[in-house]
Amino acid sequence: MINLFDLLIMPFADFAFMRRALIGSIALSIGACPIGVFLMLRRMSLVGDAMAHAILPGAALGYLFAGLSLGFMTAGGLIAGFIVALLAGLVTRITILKEDAALASFYLISLAGGVVLVSLRGSNVDVLHVLFGSVLALDDHTLLLLAIAASVSLLSLAVLFRPLVLECVDPSFLRTVSNSGSLSHYGFLALVVLNLVAGFHALGTLLSVGLMMVPAFAARFWSSTLDGMILFATLIGVLSSSLGIVISYHAGTPTGPTIILSAGAFYLLSILFGQKNGLILRLLPRKHLVA
Amino acid sequence: MLRRLTLCMLLGLLNGAPSHAAEPVAVVASFSIVGDIVRNIGGDHVSVDTLVGPEEDAHVFDPAPRDAARIAAAKLVVMNGLGFEGWMDRLMKASGGMPKVAIASEGVISHSATIDGHESMDPHAWQDVSNVRIYARNIADALIQIDPEHDGLYRANLARFDGELIALDHDIRSAISAIPAERRKIVTTHDAFGYFARAYGIEMIAPQGISTEAEASAKDVARIIRQVKAEKIPAVFLENISDPRLVETIAAESGARIGGKLYSDALSREKEPAGTYIAMMQSNIRELTKALMP
Repeated sequence: MINLFDLLIMPFADFAFMRRALIGSIALSIGACPIGVFLMLRRMSLVGDAMAHAILPGAALGYLFAGLSLGFMTAGGLIAGFIVALLAGLVTRITILKEDAALASFYLISLAGGVVLVSLRGSNVDVLHVLFGSVLALDDHTLLLLAIAASVSLLSLAVLFRPLVLECVDPSFLRTVSNSGSLSHYGFLALVVLNLVAGFHALGTLLSVGLMMVPAFAARFWSSTLDGMILFATLIGVLSSSLGIVISYHAGTPTGPTIILSAGAFYLLSILFGQKNGLILRLLPRKHLVA
Repeated sequence: MLRRLTLCMLLGLLNGAPSHAAEPVAVVASFSIVGDIVRNIGGDHVSVDTLVGPEEDAHVFDPAPRDAARIAAAKLVVMNGLGFEGWMDRLMKASGGMPKVAIASEGVISHSATIDGHESMDPHAWQDVSNVRIYARNIADALIQIDPEHDGLYRANLARFDGELIALDHDIRSAISAIPAERRKIVTTHDAFGYFARAYGIEMIAPQGISTEAEASAKDVARIIRQVKAEKIPAVFLENISDPRLVETIAAESGARIGGKLYSDALSREKEPAGTYIAMMQSNIRELTKALMP
């Protein structure tokens, strides 16, 4: 018992930065994991990745402009993400390109433009460092930002819930009964951007996509209802964050990647042992119901 | 108006230039600190081109075609050695040129650093001023070999620069000796100060590995905070290349003072406090004194 206490609780009791890392990544899970479920159900799993690449140059520019400033980097990331989402939506509507192509084109342009702008300023190393985020160095302002992002995205999801669900299952029906479809679509993309930008301060843009998506995939094997999946995804997100931080503390592995690897472990376990379509259950002979 | 002014200044420069027609010797230096030493020895007789400029990180330098062209055009390439410029061999081959190569650190007693069980050579030998006296001699020898006509001048510059280095070394030692012995220890994000620590008796503890590539773990950070508290380390320093947020975390949690900027493996831009090697070392010792004096 004492051993388990030392292993799991002492690190957080001893060090404020561990508590901050825990709170920050829990806030991130609460905001991002439900978004991940919707992305998965709408077959937009890779959109998170594309958006992360689109955000990166904006945040890098914010950094070059004002140094390591939370405000500028957040604003830069949000603006770059929103612009790419809007332009991609526009191109999808008025040209023959499909959404995936439009989104891919704009994030690639954004990424390349960012790299060029950064290298014009000379050094690119410090930017790389900064873009990886640091869950071990969350200050009050960053924690506040993470909490705000989680709150905003939960409230907005509550408002957008019905149109989003409709769009997941039957987008053409949504279009016939209401014209809130595009509003909810852009609102949803804005939430994706918001969560990735928030996550970028803790984990870096690329890894924060991992915390958004991987728990959602794992949750698919535990529930077949939307509410259930959202609940499981958030739970798995919180668990893998806590586990990742604790493992990083004891094993000395870099914290951000360890969190995502923990989520990956949950995902693999879920594929095998999941209640819904898990491989093991499918291979076992089914019992007949006895009357 | 401005353009005319610039033109006038340029013309003035042309008029005032010494009349001997000798082209300056084209030298490429691998990074800013070596470049500054070459400039000190070569004076007007060499034109120094620096591959990794001020405020840039030579550990992860990504050569551009332009850099290969500079090397192809150069008579002499000066590098630090000790494994600092891992990219230089490939760049030399790619350039197709055959310049003479001088290893500035030749003859320096090198030290290795052990980080997380890996033993590797520590290339940051210039943090000990007595090593830079060897650098200067090596660079002067190389310049004399490719440009023997001006050997008197190079020798004179070497003598002057060597004198400045001796004075610098003396200044550092007297500044350190003014700090109480039990306060001569700091934490910095980059352990590029092994030679400095050894030469001048300041203990340096780093939260990250020897290269700026490693990402810190929660274990590392916790260990440093424990150590800062247990050994009562008075100050932690932000290094000019790594992620400063980690150092701020450590300082906030351990109660240590946050020191100013220490320059380790790149000079600052000219207008800033570490535009030359000597200015860099003076700036470092000023910051150390400020943070460590009770």
